[in-house]
Amino acid sequence: MRAKDVLGKSGEQAAADYLESSGFRILDRNWRCAGGEIDIVAVERHALVVCEVKSRSGTRYGSPLEAVGRAKQARLRRLAVQWLNAHGVRFEQIRIDVIGLLYEGTGGFTIEHIRGVG
Amino acid sequence: MALARTHSVALIGITGHVVEVEADIANGLPATIMVGLPDTALREARDRIRAAIVNSNQTWPPHKITVGLSPASLPKRGSWFDLSIAVGVLAAAGQVPRAALDGVMFFGELGLDGRLRRVNGVLPAVAAAAQHGFDRVMVAEANAAEAALVPGVRVVAAPTLAAALDWLCGTPGQRGGRPAAECKGSQVFPGKIPPNGPATSALVPPVPAGPDLAELLGQSLARHGAEVCAAGGHHLSLLGPPGAGKTMLAERIPTILPRLDTAAALEVTSIHSVAGTLPEQVPLLTDPPFLAPHHTATKAAIVGGGSGIIRPGSASLAHRGVLFLDEAPEFARDVLDALRQPLEAGEVVVARSGVTARFPARFTLILAANPCPCARAAGPAEGCSCSPSARRRYLGRISGPLLDRVDVKIELEPIGRKELLNDRSFTESSQTVALRVLQARERAAHRLRGTPWRLNAEVPGSELRRTWPPEPGSLQVVERSLERGQISARGVVKVIRVAWTIADLAGRARPGRADCASALGLWLGVQR
Repeated sequence: MRAKDVLGKSGEQAAADYLESSGFRILDRNWRCAGGEIDIVAVERHALVVCEVKSRSGTRYGSPLEAVGRAKQARLRRLAVQWLNAHGVRFEQIRIDVIGLLYEGTGGFTIEHIRGVG
Repeated sequence: MALARTHSVALIGITGHVVEVEADIANGLPATIMVGLPDTALREARDRIRAAIVNSNQTWPPHKITVGLSPASLPKRGSWFDLSIAVGVLAAAGQVPRAALDGVMFFGELGLDGRLRRVNGVLPAVAAAAQHGFDRVMVAEANAAEAALVPGVRVVAAPTLAAALDWLCGTPGQRGGRPAAECKGSQVFPGKIPPNGPATSALVPPVPAGPDLAELLGQSLARHGAEVCAAGGHHLSLLGPPGAGKTMLAERIPTILPRLDTAAALEVTSIHSVAGTLPEQVPLLTDPPFLAPHHTATKAAIVGGGSGIIRPGSASLAHRGVLFLDEAPEFARDVLDALRQPLEAGEVVVARSGVTARFPARFTLILAANPCPCARAAGPAEGCSCSPSARRRYLGRISGPLLDRVDVKIELEPIGRKELLNDRSFTESSQTVALRVLQARERAAHRLRGTPWRLNAEVPGSELRRTWPPEPGSLQVVERSLERGQISARGVVKVIRVAWTIADLAGRARPGRADCASALGLWLGVQR
């Protein structure tokens, strides 16, 4: 595995741990379909949360959150619908969150969680 | 999360409207949204400002930033909102104290490296700021002298964004580079121009190193016509063969015009500031402008317009000065006729979707034309090959209604050998004529005190008839002309105005019979 993939994997794990510790129930991870991949699918109270995790080792190319542009947001919206259809469930609220992780060395991440981006 | 508010000005024509720039930082994915009818240059500010802030070693807030420009319905154009937006964003992020922004106006375009660049139109913008109670303006260094023309404002000249932030935070030099300099408005320009010397002689232009009226030999009638036009602000048309001195005379008229007074100078400088034609070293224009557009000029170039920012045309740039149309029949007819309205109203109105821009345009029009296409018609039959109809067609391009607005029409004869030799020692210099012109103007201004008008040409006809009629009976000859259909009713009013100017030049209290006859002669001038 390449370094960036290692970072991504450990970032996703850190994000999942963080979500669980803040009361989210995780339903699915790395769900793939033809349209792309959802990093984390979770439930917070009555809302389905489709979560995109972005990890960076530094800010030389901008903050991790900046990497989630309009196209990515639109894809996440599409994927959320596809996930619901694939699993045949309904939620009264669907939300897209972005979690940005900045690697701080020695295994730690700075986590930024933005709710309801699109 | 956080909100900060700065101020700038949107210019429409030369009228400034205060614009409130709000920057809001909210939680969300990093993005910058700009609302409030920005044009392309202003929309691009987003990317310029970000680079400028980062390159000034500040942090660009990694949040969702909304920049609002209000009033939202007013179209905003240009790049000078950069500074106000950048400062607003940093203040919203807490990097600049918000209290420091009160009462400060910001004008400046940012370079990607954080430098502040000069922009056009600073003078009218700062004037608008002062009018709305802002006592401090921050501008680029190159604009400082121009901004300082406005009395009662403190001008902060900042070389870079870093210097601007240091000044706002009260920590000069901390962010590196040269610090911002402060100067008080109107230092450069203390009321009268120039500051010393008696008023009368001060307003006469100094002995010009350039062209002088003395260089024009012969043509005494044309000279007289030019003097009358300069004294009263009347319009002039010169008809004559090539080489008779039409262009030479027109170019020398600015040398006999008095310098602009305070208000006029600021007004003229404002227009040139918007057009971007101000020389950097001498920001205040005190000499009356002289504009000689080429005959291929378009309507927009003459009366103003253009895409995007509405720019003043030659007619406005010649405000309080001279608009010289050489080879007038060669101009497009619609261009010439577009001048009719500003000639009457003294201003140009350019209407656009959403905005209407007004530019003052009170200029002295000077038309010059050859008598026919081959231009050999004058004098004792020197081989003009043009048919009468060709001659009529040629001059007919200057429309009747336009010519009806020209007060003084002069026909120049080709200059002879005798005049060329004799006139050298007798011709008056520009200085001599300028003094007479100034005295005549002062006489008129004294008579018109308490009215909005300064020159004889500006007085409306009704007022002229009621308050300042010529001596009784002196208009007989003019009325006969009117009956014969030689002159229009508007023409009669124009003749009275010119008669007043002739009387002012001669130092008479009221125009008499001779003055009116002489004015009528000047009005009828060219017969065609």
